[in-house]
Amino acid sequence: MDATLNSSRERVEIQLSAKVARPASLAKAAPPAATTERACEGWHDLLMNATCEVFEVMVGSTLGRVTGRVPKVVADFTAMVGMAGSLCGMLSLRGPSESAKRIAANMLGVDDVSIGASVLDAFGEVCNMIAGSFKSRIPAVADGCSLSVPTVISGRDYSLHSLADGARLEVILNFEGSPISVTLDLHS
Amino acid sequence: MKPARVLIVDDSAVMRKIVERSLRQAGLEMEQVHGASNGSEALAIAKTHGLDLILSDINMPTMNGLEFVRELRCIEGAQQIPVVMITTEAGESNVVQALSGGATGYIRKPFTPDQIKERVIPLIKG
Repeated sequence: MDATLNSSRERVEIQLSAKVARPASLAKAAPPAATTERACEGWHDLLMNATCEVFEVMVGSTLGRVTGRVPKVVADFTAMVGMAGSLCGMLSLRGPSESAKRIAANMLGVDDVSIGASVLDAFGEVCNMIAGSFKSRIPAVADGCSLSVPTVISGRDYSLHSLADGARLEVILNFEGSPISVTLDLHS
Repeated sequence: MKPARVLIVDDSAVMRKIVERSLRQAGLEMEQVHGASNGSEALAIAKTHGLDLILSDINMPTMNGLEFVRELRCIEGAQQIPVVMITTEAGESNVVQALSGGATGYIRKPFTPDQIKERVIPLIKG
């Protein structure tokens, strides 16, 4: 399946350069936080808690921990949100098409949805809320970090090359029987 | 309370539906529900329709929610409409900017229907 970038041109440019459309608070942003592996200690749990919160409150689903061997995540859909300011990098959410459809159906309160605009929209919004929830859990960076609007890629046949050169955090959780991945790539 | 005329501003159509559903779950009877995907569209609606409540995202393309509220408050007759920001951008400076720019309240995404009930419904007059 070919990959398709589902976003306006403006959004694409914003996302790939990890800048925000209309920064609301960058003028007051704190200096970039050190984002070495050491500085990010404890952030893995914050990322997991943020992901679980968004799924519980907005998707109506409790995510399960992955036990034993870490499963391969089928990334039919990839949503990305850029972070700029006191915390620079990119947060991405990946998962199979069935999970993306389930997320959209749950959020819309319907039994089922077909692949289309609503699925892309819902997947991107979940990624956006995880990014927002994550940064709000780190008081030192929350105020000076702005988020881009989300971009969603559908399809597996692509390579993503983040220019982030700092720490990389990944959590894999079980969503209604399928693994999903949330990854945070940080600039140092 | 008479049925409310509501404007929901978010670049995500899914989020607009969730907000609308949350308002209904909170017991708000609505006469009209308008949707806009950015601040510019929302301003056009606010200029031509009577509104009792506006809920707006901040981070949107074309015109963000903070610019929207500032311009909304310059429209004659729109100064008193309650505007609640519903957004992932919940840092202190964003809250201050939103409130000083004319927003009435602030809710962070993800939100629960209970938060809508407690923090939005009481703002509606009449």
